[in-house]
Amino acid sequence: MTDAISSFGAVGRPVSIHTDDAAKARLKGRYRTETWFKWLGAAAVAVAGLFLVLLLSTIVTQAIPALRQNYLTLPIDLSAAKVDPAKLDEVNYDAIAQEALTAKFPDVTSRQDKRLLRGLISTGTGVFLRKDIAADPGMLGGTVDYAVPLDDFADLYLKGLLADVGSDEAISTSVTPSQTSGDIDLTFGDDAMLALARGHGATEGENGRLTLTSGASSLLVAFNGGTVKLTALSPAANGTVIAKGTVIEALDSTAPAASGQAFLRVIETPEASRKISDKVIVWLDTLKSAGLIESRFNSIFFFTGASREPELAGVWGAVVGSFLTMIVTLAIAFPIGVSAAIYLEEFAPKNRLTTMIEVNINNLAAVPSIVFGLLGLAVFLNFFGMPRSAPVVGGMVLALMTLPIIIIASRASLRAVPPSIREAALGIGASKVQTVFHHVLPLAMPGIMTGTILGMAHALGETAPLLMIGMVAFIVDIPGGFTDPATILPVQIFMWADFPEAGFQQKTSAAILILLVFLVIMNAIAVILRRRFERRW
Amino acid sequence: MVGYLVVLLLVLAAAAYWIGRTRAIASVNGDVARLHSLPGQHGMFLALFAAGPALLAIVVWSLVTPGIESSIIADRFSSELSGMGVPQVEAFIRDARAMAFGGLVGFADPTKEAAAALYKSVHATSTWIIWTVALVLSASGFYWAYSRIAPAYRARHVVERILRAFLIACSVVAILTTVGIVLSLIFESLRFFQQVPFYKFLFGTHWSPQSAFTGAGAEAGAVNEDIFGMVPLFAGTLLITFIAMLVAAPIGLMAAIYLSDYASKSVRAVAKPVLEILAGIPTVVYGFFAALTVAPYFRGIGESLGLNVASESALAAGVVMGIMIIPFVSSLSDDVINAVPQSLRDGSAGLGATKSETIRKVVLPAALPGIVSAMLLAVSRAIGETMIVVMAAGLAANLTANPLEAVTTVTVQIVTLLVGDQEFDSAKTLAAFALGLVLFCITLTLNIVALRVVQKYREQYD
Repeated sequence: MTDAISSFGAVGRPVSIHTDDAAKARLKGRYRTETWFKWLGAAAVAVAGLFLVLLLSTIVTQAIPALRQNYLTLPIDLSAAKVDPAKLDEVNYDAIAQEALTAKFPDVTSRQDKRLLRGLISTGTGVFLRKDIAADPGMLGGTVDYAVPLDDFADLYLKGLLADVGSDEAISTSVTPSQTSGDIDLTFGDDAMLALARGHGATEGENGRLTLTSGASSLLVAFNGGTVKLTALSPAANGTVIAKGTVIEALDSTAPAASGQAFLRVIETPEASRKISDKVIVWLDTLKSAGLIESRFNSIFFFTGASREPELAGVWGAVVGSFLTMIVTLAIAFPIGVSAAIYLEEFAPKNRLTTMIEVNINNLAAVPSIVFGLLGLAVFLNFFGMPRSAPVVGGMVLALMTLPIIIIASRASLRAVPPSIREAALGIGASKVQTVFHHVLPLAMPGIMTGTILGMAHALGETAPLLMIGMVAFIVDIPGGFTDPATILPVQIFMWADFPEAGFQQKTSAAILILLVFLVIMNAIAVILRRRFERRW
Repeated sequence: MVGYLVVLLLVLAAAAYWIGRTRAIASVNGDVARLHSLPGQHGMFLALFAAGPALLAIVVWSLVTPGIESSIIADRFSSELSGMGVPQVEAFIRDARAMAFGGLVGFADPTKEAAAALYKSVHATSTWIIWTVALVLSASGFYWAYSRIAPAYRARHVVERILRAFLIACSVVAILTTVGIVLSLIFESLRFFQQVPFYKFLFGTHWSPQSAFTGAGAEAGAVNEDIFGMVPLFAGTLLITFIAMLVAAPIGLMAAIYLSDYASKSVRAVAKPVLEILAGIPTVVYGFFAALTVAPYFRGIGESLGLNVASESALAAGVVMGIMIIPFVSSLSDDVINAVPQSLRDGSAGLGATKSETIRKVVLPAALPGIVSAMLLAVSRAIGETMIVVMAAGLAANLTANPLEAVTTVTVQIVTLLVGDQEFDSAKTLAAFALGLVLFCITLTLNIVALRVVQKYREQYD
């Protein structure tokens, strides 16, 4: 009996290899594998999505600062003494703008500092000023308030991208300066500054002396209408602290500042590891607190051509170049691609030639794009002697590259038109050509257009073949025609990505954003076309 | 000026269409039923003959003249240009052209001005010739076709035959492109192999073409044959491709499996566009991402682990390339997995297999040829990819299997050799074409093998 009981489970069914404990464990394991497998699949999709989010968020966060540019309003002296209305082209407008800037800081006297100060405004200032005066001669004759673009370092600092600056904090003790300018001594009423300096990377020396080198954060003390940068601190008798400092902006007087009257500003990023000095930061903050700096929509970026100066570089030249190139590509690839598709799908007999064409098209679709560039270089440039860097050649190369995409999409679309349409047309006496062009083609057109737009979107983002035919040249002018030297948006991105200036990183991201916007628009049009016009039979 | 000619011809064509139509109708006194072809077909016939030959002549002219004009200039100024290398001559002719047509020139000198003047006159002559030729062709074509129009004339047949010829010509462009690629690569490569023996190119392990010559420019000395060994480039390409496939193959395949067999409709509605967007992002964007975000990130991780990661490591380029290829792998695998008939899945489920068992033991084996083919195509894609490696991989040709070091690839070297000033007869630039030929052969072989795998091992259901 015991045997019989043991061979029956709790529910009274016989235990077999499918229901014993080992089987249950097996089943559990199988279900676990199932769950694992499912989650692995979900994780793969999630990882792909994560990559996309990471990519796009990196680009967008970097691009946003480039959409605005900081301008400094200066009183520019355009009186007849400075600008001779008869000789507008010979005036050194840059110098006039720089004078206006240096006049704002009368106590900046050393040559080096003056150069630093002049460097705050863009080197393109003179060009803008000249252009605006030419457009509005009414500016001449007196002093006008004119907004000039800031240099890229100044601009990046104001956008908070170059240095980590804390907000001003009131110092809760008295501060007494020894002089108003030069290297001075500051006496602090208590020793709170010592702990603060230690916390910001000051170097310990003998007798408790702390030195703030360029590897430490910068501690700036603002009071009496000036700013002092601390270089060293040492504890003195009766609990006070004597600090050595360099005056960046002259103080009004040597009167001691009472508790709460002096302010401490900490620039966390050490001076050695940023590209902007303490002086420039103080000047910019002064200008900013005077309300002279204003952030505007960056029209320079959107409406000018390339430049070696980050703050003057724009994408308009590349956008026009891309546009011209795309026109050529479309003009060549669309008619040829659709014609080839019509022939192969509607007319071609099954023979060696058509098989060869089909094999060729499929192979071309998988040839690396750079090989098309080599073709363009060897055939179009060297054999036919066409101009380098021209949109017409770029367009031709991209057209050859896009052709297989358009042919394959068009054939699929033509194939989707049911035979009954053709038979009906033939039945009422239309010729083969009339059948195709009056009936089949119009019905297949939405699909063909969709395929073409997707092919063009692909071509718009293509870079490698165009490097081969010289579209990588540095071109400042906006191209005016199909044979002018030009560059295109992806190549511009490639070139800017290579430039070492920090400002170009944002510009590159912004250019990428523009490219992606164009691609999104094209894809959206393709989707709309597909949704609205594509018929299902 | 030739632009006006094209516009003029198009206007003429429109006029000819209208004239042909009117004449056809007039020839039967308005009783259109008596015409063999429709009036519109007569119009088309006249328009084609009035504008077609002339437009064809213009196409040929615009392809041929730039070369002829440059060679005339080079020929006429051969004494002034005799001491210069090829790039200087090219620059001279480019400047002359720019001066002649009002472009910007670096600096001008009397020789260039003379060349520009000559260029202008030569161009004026050739423009005049094409105008004459085009108008004569147009007029004679129109006259000939006009005299044909009659009620019994089979205009439709002529028009349709021309149209069909045009369609065939368009299809042949694909063949011409392939022929052009193959010929240009082979010719330039042969010139390269005259200077560097091909076995040294294929099997050499040292690559540094920047030091190819002892001298510079026209005085360059003999080519050093031993610095054109492409093995390090090939190894670097394979290393990066391998890393890319390590990322793309599992993620792409699992994503395809999940989307085809597990995902609910709403998940698919989100995930598919995500993959499509990933596929639509230009490679230059991936390159920027690799160089500016991923490479420093890997470097940072390496530093914190005490590893020395190159700032242009193969790892960063490979991983980003893998991300780029994920949608490619997943969409190809998706097609293949969906092509496995539902009856196989149902049968497996009927035997009590779980979904994952069905996929691993039934669906994947059935889809294996297609998946292998998809992976081969992905490898081909990775080998030919250019921008990511140009921006994120190194330039130095290290022969190493360490993914943390910088390696260079075939495509990077093609770009490096051909961007910037070129001399067209130097081994350096010709080497790029030899590399291009190797690249073309490898990708072509992979594509053909991928195709054969599917054809040969595909299970035939239905």
